[in-house]
Amino acid sequence: MDSTSSYRESNRARLRLALIRAARDLTVQHGGEPIGERMVVTGRVLDGDGRPVRRQLVEIWQANAGGRYVHKGDQHPAAIDPNFTGFGRCLTDDDGSYRFTTIKPGPYPWKNHRNAWRPAHIHFSLFGTEFTQRIVTQMYFPGDPLFALDPIYQSVVDPRARDLLVASYDHDLSQPEWSTGYRWDIVLNGTHRTLTDHETGAQS
Amino acid sequence: MSARDLIATPGQTVGPFFHDALPFPGDSELVAPGRADAIRLHGRVLDGAGAPVPDALIELWQADADGRVPREPGSLRRDGFTFTGWGRAATDDAGDYAFSTVHPGPVVAGSAPFFALTVFARGLPNRLFTRAYLPADDAARSADPLLSAVEEARRTTLAAVPDAHGFRFDIRLQGEGETVFLTYPRH
Repeated sequence: MDSTSSYRESNRARLRLALIRAARDLTVQHGGEPIGERMVVTGRVLDGDGRPVRRQLVEIWQANAGGRYVHKGDQHPAAIDPNFTGFGRCLTDDDGSYRFTTIKPGPYPWKNHRNAWRPAHIHFSLFGTEFTQRIVTQMYFPGDPLFALDPIYQSVVDPRARDLLVASYDHDLSQPEWSTGYRWDIVLNGTHRTLTDHETGAQS
Repeated sequence: MSARDLIATPGQTVGPFFHDALPFPGDSELVAPGRADAIRLHGRVLDGAGAPVPDALIELWQADADGRVPREPGSLRRDGFTFTGWGRAATDDAGDYAFSTVHPGPVVAGSAPFFALTVFARGLPNRLFTRAYLPADDAARSADPLLSAVEEARRTTLAAVPDAHGFRFDIRLQGEGETVFLTYPRH
C-alpha cells in the first residue's frame, strides 16, 4: 500500500470513528453547542429472561429543547436549533448497554385536541435477537405534569407497564458542570429460547 | 424478583416524525435492483377508510433464495454481497412502499415461502406483524400451520400477488378486508 492510500485508509478510519461518535452524541453533530439541558441517557436492553441483548441496534429521535422537531411536518412556532438535529444510533455492548448524550427535549404541541401537549419524550427503536422482539417505543421523564393529559402515555393501561416507560434520574450519571444523567432499561418481549452466538440480520 | 417476573416495556406509536431518523440510504434494497435475481416487493398501506397511509414504515424479514434465515449483520451499511434478509421502507405520499430483494425459499422443505413484515404507522399504538405468502401449491399451503389456521375468507389478505417485477402486497390496517395480523406467545 503506498503512502497516499495508507493515508486515505487512516483518514477513513478516523472519519468512521467520528461518525460513530456523532451518532451516539447528538450534541456534536453540528458546528456549535445546542441549546438546552445536556444529559446522558443510558440503560440496558434485556430480554424477557433478564439476559442482555447484545450488539443490537438502538435508534432514537426527539424534539429539541424547545419542543420542535426537525421535520417538515412540525411547523409550530418554536425555534429550530441549528446545532441540534435530534437523531442518534448506537449498538448495545456485550452487557446490553446503550448510551447517548443529548439534550432534554421540550414538550410538543400535537393538535390531537385543543391545547394538546405531549410530555417530553425520546422515541426509541430497538431490536432483539428475533423479529418478534422488534419494538418502537417512547421514553419519558420522571414526574412530568403532562402524563395525566396525554392519550399516548395513557394508552398503556397497566400502570406497572406504563411506569416502565419512565426513565429515572441517576445522579451517578451526572457529570459536574457538564451534564445530567437518566437511566432507562428496556425489557423486550420474552423468549425462553437458548440464545446462540449469532444475532439476527437486523443489526447494523 | 425472578427474571420470569420481568414485564416487557410497552410499545408506543412511531409517530409522524421518524422520517429523518429511521430510513437510511439503501434501507429498502436487500439486493441491488439491477441484479439478475432481484425482484420487487411493493404495495400500499391503507387505513380503515381505504385512504393511503403516507407515514407508515414497513420492515421486511425474510429467508434467502435457498430458504436459509440469514443471521449476518450489515444491513445499515450494505456491502453489496451479504444478504442480510432485512430491510426497511417508509411509505411515500401515495402510501406506497417498495423493496428490492430476492424470492425467498421455503424455510422448511415443502412449506409455503413468505415475507415477514413489521408495520409501524402514526396512530398505531404498537407495531403489527404480518406475512406475505408467495403462491404455493395446495400441499405447501395446507402444511403451513398459520395459513391452515386462518379462515379462507381472510387468507387472501396474506397473499402476495405476482406482477411484472415481483409481488404486490397491500396492507389494510383495519376495516373491510383488514390484513390478518399476528401475535406470538409471550409477545
